[in-house]
Amino acid sequence: MNRPSSSIVGTPMDRVDGLAKVTGQACYAADYRGDRGAAEGYIVEAPAAPGRIVRLDVEAAEQAEGVIAVITHRNAPRQRPHGMPEDAGRFTQSHALLERDRVRYFGEPIALVVAETLEQARHAAKLVEVEIDCGEGTFNPFENAASAVKPDSLDGADQVDTDKGDFDTEYAGSDHRVDADYHTSAQHAAAMEPHTTVAEWDGDDLTVHMAIQIVSSAVEAFSNTLGIDKERIRIVSPFTGGGFGSKLGIHNEAVLAALAAKAVDRPVRVVQTRRNLFSNAPHRSRHRQKLQLGADKKGRLKAIRHASLAAMARDYPFAEAPASPTRASYAVPALRTTHRVVKADIPKVDSMRAPGEAIGTLTFETAIDELAEACGIDPVEFRLRNEPDADPQTGKPFADRRLAECLRQGAADFGWQGRQAPGSRRQGRKLLGCGMATAIRPNQLNPAEAEAHLTPDGRLRVRLDMTDIGTGSYTILTQIAADALSIAPDRVTVELGDSEFPETAGSGGSFGAASSGSAVYEACREMVEQLLSRLNEQGHTVNSVSIDGDRVMTGEASVPLATLIDAGGLTVTGEIDPDNYDSGEKNYSYGAQFAEVEVDADTGEIRLRRLLGVFDAGRILNQKTARSQLMGGMIFGIGGALLEQSLMDDRYGSFMNRDFAEYHIAVNRDVPDLQVRMLAGYSEKSNPLGSKGLGELGICGAGPAIANAVYEATGIRVRKFPIHMEDLLPSLPRS
Amino acid sequence: MKAIKITVNGRTHEAGIDSRRTLLDFIRDTLNLTGTKKGCDHGQCGACTVIVNGRRINSCLSLALSHDGDEVTTVEGLAEGDELHPLQRAFIDHDAFQCGFCTPGQLCSAAALLGEFREGLPSAVSGSHTPFVEEIRERMSGNLCRCGAYNHIVDAIAAVAGEKR
Amino acid sequence: MKPFDYHRLASEEALGKMEAGRYLAGGTNLIDLMKHQIETPDALVDVTRAGMDTITETDGGLMVGSQVTNTDLASHPAVRRDYPVLSSALLSGATQQLRNKATTGGNFLQRTRCQYFYDTTRACNKRAPGSGCDALEGLNRYHAILGASEHCIAVHPSDMAVAMAALDAVVHTRKRDGETRAIPATELHRLPGDRPDIDHVLEDGELITSVELPVRPPRLQAYRKVRDRASYAFAVVSAAVALDVDDGRMRNVRIALGGVAHKPWRASRAEEMLEGQQPSAELFDRAMDAEMAEAKGQGHNDFKIRLAPRTVVAVLRDLTEVTENDE
Repeated sequence: MNRPSSSIVGTPMDRVDGLAKVTGQACYAADYRGDRGAAEGYIVEAPAAPGRIVRLDVEAAEQAEGVIAVITHRNAPRQRPHGMPEDAGRFTQSHALLERDRVRYFGEPIALVVAETLEQARHAAKLVEVEIDCGEGTFNPFENAASAVKPDSLDGADQVDTDKGDFDTEYAGSDHRVDADYHTSAQHAAAMEPHTTVAEWDGDDLTVHMAIQIVSSAVEAFSNTLGIDKERIRIVSPFTGGGFGSKLGIHNEAVLAALAAKAVDRPVRVVQTRRNLFSNAPHRSRHRQKLQLGADKKGRLKAIRHASLAAMARDYPFAEAPASPTRASYAVPALRTTHRVVKADIPKVDSMRAPGEAIGTLTFETAIDELAEACGIDPVEFRLRNEPDADPQTGKPFADRRLAECLRQGAADFGWQGRQAPGSRRQGRKLLGCGMATAIRPNQLNPAEAEAHLTPDGRLRVRLDMTDIGTGSYTILTQIAADALSIAPDRVTVELGDSEFPETAGSGGSFGAASSGSAVYEACREMVEQLLSRLNEQGHTVNSVSIDGDRVMTGEASVPLATLIDAGGLTVTGEIDPDNYDSGEKNYSYGAQFAEVEVDADTGEIRLRRLLGVFDAGRILNQKTARSQLMGGMIFGIGGALLEQSLMDDRYGSFMNRDFAEYHIAVNRDVPDLQVRMLAGYSEKSNPLGSKGLGELGICGAGPAIANAVYEATGIRVRKFPIHMEDLLPSLPRS
Repeated sequence: MKAIKITVNGRTHEAGIDSRRTLLDFIRDTLNLTGTKKGCDHGQCGACTVIVNGRRINSCLSLALSHDGDEVTTVEGLAEGDELHPLQRAFIDHDAFQCGFCTPGQLCSAAALLGEFREGLPSAVSGSHTPFVEEIRERMSGNLCRCGAYNHIVDAIAAVAGEKR
Repeated sequence: MKPFDYHRLASEEALGKMEAGRYLAGGTNLIDLMKHQIETPDALVDVTRAGMDTITETDGGLMVGSQVTNTDLASHPAVRRDYPVLSSALLSGATQQLRNKATTGGNFLQRTRCQYFYDTTRACNKRAPGSGCDALEGLNRYHAILGASEHCIAVHPSDMAVAMAALDAVVHTRKRDGETRAIPATELHRLPGDRPDIDHVLEDGELITSVELPVRPPRLQAYRKVRDRASYAFAVVSAAVALDVDDGRMRNVRIALGGVAHKPWRASRAEEMLEGQQPSAELFDRAMDAEMAEAKGQGHNDFKIRLAPRTVVAVLRDLTEVTENDE
């Protein structure tokens, strides 16, 4: 296979959208100002659930100053029933709201107040009176474990359950065992940009400016919800202010904006409030993960059982796969994994950055640390000793697996000293400890198409419906196109986030760069083919081209583009078909993370001192943006280990800490200098670019490395996350 | 409706506004200067940070009426014509953002921070042994960044502050 | 936000001639609560441009205008020199952006962060008297362990007020009829009792005009804030401590705790036990054990009964340079 030439790809090129972002010119959904001024929609949430609306009085709201309409189940435009068609995926099924008098979960919209201004809409929303006849709700999956069921499918994993070898026998025959339940908290993606939609109808045509990760499935979702042809829907999303999974699909404000705009025959903007987002955008379920691990005297794993229990939102089929990374991590003769869910009357549960791995490696890699200690073996050595040479579950080969290299380099760069006696290192009133863990995340390639358009004056325009949610799509696609066509990056314009552009799988699952990048690469290769063929028709015998200004440079000559391309320019398309890259091997990105923490001996406060990650993500497309993404992932890992926790009051099914004052994401001072190392590489089997996904890799392993460091600092093994001071306080010595 | 006069980025605007309008909504929706962002609307994220009379504040928690006669600088006012503010340049150089949504607030915060250094205003970590980066981290902790560009934000500010010192 | 009239107070003296209304200072809490319609004033009186924004050195003390911002108070040279516990408390609170707006008077009067107070769908006697308290049996990690009642277990969220309580600051007010009074900072806030909707002792229309910091404060001072996040987080527990050590004995011992009660909690019992004694880790422990004798947890906040004394003891140890009484 030919490796693409590389002069721009791989360099730390500045973001091409950087100027727009630092000058405030980047246009996010809420910044869109159409010709017809948009009315403001404000969501009225159900104050209790599950139940039925027995009284809904909107008269006072309708009479309030500036109010244009109050949309409820009584007057909402027609929609297809929620969840239809049944064979559609969760992103594309009908997301109907305000369907009947039924309320599924706390905070579900029961009305949208539409007014001239935000102030008017917000006030009028408070005038809506509602009574809900509440039934018994199911909120806490652990208290309702008896009603757990096997989900039909898992996100990001082929099988719900797996069972290889004879777990019971191997576990019973193990010399060292770990048997523990771990709990992880519900979490919210909490992107800085709230979910926002501006909907505008022109007759039966709907235009939507919105914050979204995947444009094409959003079109289908609107189509299935509103019962209109996909061709009548246009989505525009040039900039999205972070997604982390929460904007993969459309959410409540989007449906409400579309319904309201139809009802009032005027553009309507709905921006979810920060409090709305905790009920009206998806969250990661709390999980209980049972881990039973066994090893022999030499520290070789004999048995692994990983059983996960979580909540699934009723009527929304999503289940996370925390045991998925467990299936591919270590050589082990007996491996049993199961996932169960309790259907609950709670807001949507859906993907949050690194679904599966973020909380799966958090618990599993902590348990591995426990087992390594039980075996008396250094945790790095323990992992190396159990490194598999083929996929432990299926026996298939790994496409390329450089985890051992990550572990060795990480240990060296971090200055790993081996496991110290817990609680033995002190500096003043601080207890110090180090810990480490491995990172693993499946690498994927999804279908994508792209269009390239070259003008006679030598400007290349690339279009696809890919999004840039902060990942750097604009930049890497510019680099890929520049290399593929040997054209200067400043002659390339990448246009994204528009459903009129060729379809991609969008941003998600760490597949965005590879999938859309490969499509752009293929489109540009097609452009090269066309140019070569035209050059050859003109008698030039050439097999490569580059573009310099308005001329094509060939080995022997410089030909004006205008002689090859007519005034309208040359448009070609390219696509990537993942089947061509399905080698049957197991393909992952890898990493090893090392952390040092300090724990205040008086208060139990935990602060991170150091975090170093070494990652294998194949060929790095842009050193700068890749580093940033990995760092961002590592900070999510800090959050999962020490900070983030969406707390539900299980009497009511309501999240209580619905703001940034109480839902703690890391602030600047929580984050020390993060060390990021990326192994040089090229993943032949992944895609034509040689890259592997890294948008979620940084989370994996970061949390457990921190948790294991807390253990070394204190000697206290906490099996619930986030770890807080009160988990350590009871065991800290009296002053 | 109440009349106010506010100078934003050197230009004076007179408008009649709903007394409930915050400075943030005034900037974004009365003046249509949409660079300043609304991330939480309750002073808990910093995306709406603007500089008022030389001091950075959360524009979401301030009534526009309270700022009658004030001078406001938003992200759109940091550059001088086509000449980027050194912080804007440094943010690009250091990749101090990803999605960009918190960036206008980070930049206004950072610009005001440079002034706070000059004024000698203390922070919670100020002390003779505090590393410079730790000072920046504490002083920039009022601007959340979910993408996690914190290290790079600190690098960018340190680079500019270093030049100016 | 309910529609309201907006007025601006021109001077302290003009108070009696003004329309009545809720006083608006920095607004960092009031505007927040008005957006949620937890606060629904018909009129606001903006007091930020009525003077009251200067810091004046008096005979050894300091008179701080109520509209002095938290930033200006924390950075004032006299405050940093003579009242470092106050500067430190202020700087540990919120963020630079918020401190630039928040005022001395407003900081005292900020309301609780209890999430049941903030969630208007839930029972809260502070927000809706008589509705009950959902925090009692609910999520109450941040809640009170001292001085709470069956009607309310919310805590006061201020850092500044804790330092003010430890310093024995005095709050000066003016009523609409022109009457002024001086209220010890320790007596400004109430315990919840059966009226948790009333946070403080100020009467309707009574305005905080200034705060007086006392002459000759204790020389050793420190503020310690314990929190999950390294910055920009409310205290789980905080401690403001001020004392002198003369001839090896502790004098003028003042200890105030934040995050444990409906008001900044002066640890008077512990102060008495320490006053005049030689500092020792053992004595610190004993004094704080005594202070915590009536502490009561509600479940999630039980750990504070252990955390609060440890925090105070750590500060005392640092200030008196007592070597730790190690395990």
